[in-house]
Amino acid sequence: MRFLWWRLLVFLAAGAWPFWWVYQAWIFALGPDPGKVLVDRLGLGTLVLLMVTLCMTPLQRLTGWPGWIAVRRQLGLWCFAYALMHLAAYLFFVLGLDWGQLGVELRKRPYIIVGALGLLCLLVMAVTSNRYSQRRLGRRWKLLHRLAYMVLGLGLLHFLWVVRADLKEWSVYAGVGVLLMVVRVPGVVRRLPRLGAG
Amino acid sequence: MLIKLAKASDSKESEVTPHASYLSRRTLLGGSMLALAATGLPRLAAADPSLYADVDPGKAPTWFAKKLPNTQWQAVTVKGEAITPFKDATHYNNYYEFGTDKGDPAANAGALKTEPWSVVIDGEVAKPGRYALEDFMQPYQLQERIYRMRCVEAWSMVIPWLGFPLADLLKQVEPTSKARYIRFETLNDPAVMPGQRSDFALIQWPYVEGLRLDEAMHPLTILAVGMYGRELPNQNGAPLRLVVPWKYGFKGVKSIVRISLVSEQPTTTWQNIAPDEYGFFANVNPKVDHPRWTQARERRLPSGLFSPNVRDTQMFNGYEEEVASLYTGMDLRKNY
Repeated sequence: MRFLWWRLLVFLAAGAWPFWWVYQAWIFALGPDPGKVLVDRLGLGTLVLLMVTLCMTPLQRLTGWPGWIAVRRQLGLWCFAYALMHLAAYLFFVLGLDWGQLGVELRKRPYIIVGALGLLCLLVMAVTSNRYSQRRLGRRWKLLHRLAYMVLGLGLLHFLWVVRADLKEWSVYAGVGVLLMVVRVPGVVRRLPRLGAG
Repeated sequence: MLIKLAKASDSKESEVTPHASYLSRRTLLGGSMLALAATGLPRLAAADPSLYADVDPGKAPTWFAKKLPNTQWQAVTVKGEAITPFKDATHYNNYYEFGTDKGDPAANAGALKTEPWSVVIDGEVAKPGRYALEDFMQPYQLQERIYRMRCVEAWSMVIPWLGFPLADLLKQVEPTSKARYIRFETLNDPAVMPGQRSDFALIQWPYVEGLRLDEAMHPLTILAVGMYGRELPNQNGAPLRLVVPWKYGFKGVKSIVRISLVSEQPTTTWQNIAPDEYGFFANVNPKVDHPRWTQARERRLPSGLFSPNVRDTQMFNGYEEEVASLYTGMDLRKNY
């Protein structure tokens, strides 16, 4: 396999965080409400991984190094895995596994609905991320996986609706999100400098 | 005067979880680490051994140290509920003037200078004025009030406050017949409060809160100057804060510099930001949701990693018997 060590490095770097957080919670380093901290960190981790995934294509264009694309699918799947863990932590720590309440939340709370939609999009992309689906879907595969842009928007909206009083942190994420979309505009792509040979 | 409140939410001293067993629980869980950390800290003053485990003794102002021995301990308690560890009550705070993360107040509030401190009393009162805190506190005996504290964000704690009934202050300053509400203001000092310097804050400083006069006169409503047998740590609203146990925590305005008696209902800070989410009354009510989350249940902190301490929220935070009569005939769904 090409880029074996690079792939392995990315795998370990992306997968290590939740273990580290659970360990921190275990030694009481996350304060009196570790569940809530885990929910928040996993949610933010999902968004960060999505953004990192969306960096791969522009980075490849910029540098010409094919290693970026080699880890793109893996990063996308990590993003999905974080989203699943975020959901599990929410169900366990916030709802206390009260399934009836989940139904209520899914009907009444816009930010929960938006989050659920984003997770659904990620699910669709995760199950079609294999070579077989790529071959079968052909050109439609690329179109389908543009859902990632929608997830970015949904994720930022989900985040915005959780903010209570200070938009500073959110603004930073939204700014990066906008930048990632701008570098995909065809007119901008052509003007981007190419550092590598690619 | 000794106010004796024996109500349903009270309990005898024997019903409160003994400190000794509370301590042993902690020792079992993470005691070794904490003990290590505690022995590393220099003890500034050789204060009396605190009633509570692992309390940083702080550095009490002279007026506070003088009052403490005459404190009426456990004047109000809660039934069969463990008191939140001091470390959690002082390192998990909402005090947006010092930052929006729960750990920010503990990290940043050290810069707040609480001595000297003065409080302005104005508006519809016979005796307005600006008082130095030690003179302001002079008439009152401290009482310990162990109250549940329910945050609007659906977490809760049990905290032993030291303070005195707000009603006693109101008797001193003599509200006029026009006074119908009371308005509180927190310190506005961007130089020491990084949250007030943020360009992205939705809050208009200073922080403002208010109560209806009958709520302010209720014997459960106190102005607190201490907790866990010591003066208030800065991050908990030193040197003077409001505690209204049947309302969401954000009503408990911190580091008060101004108390005004007014005739019109004041607009509070959170009402200003999101009137559909935060009402003037903000009574704890499991049947009225926050638009973005349910208020039916709460996480009692500390909440464990493998046993989330989720419990049902009680009407008026368990003080229904004492305070429900204040709201007779009011639609609590509209007046949230």
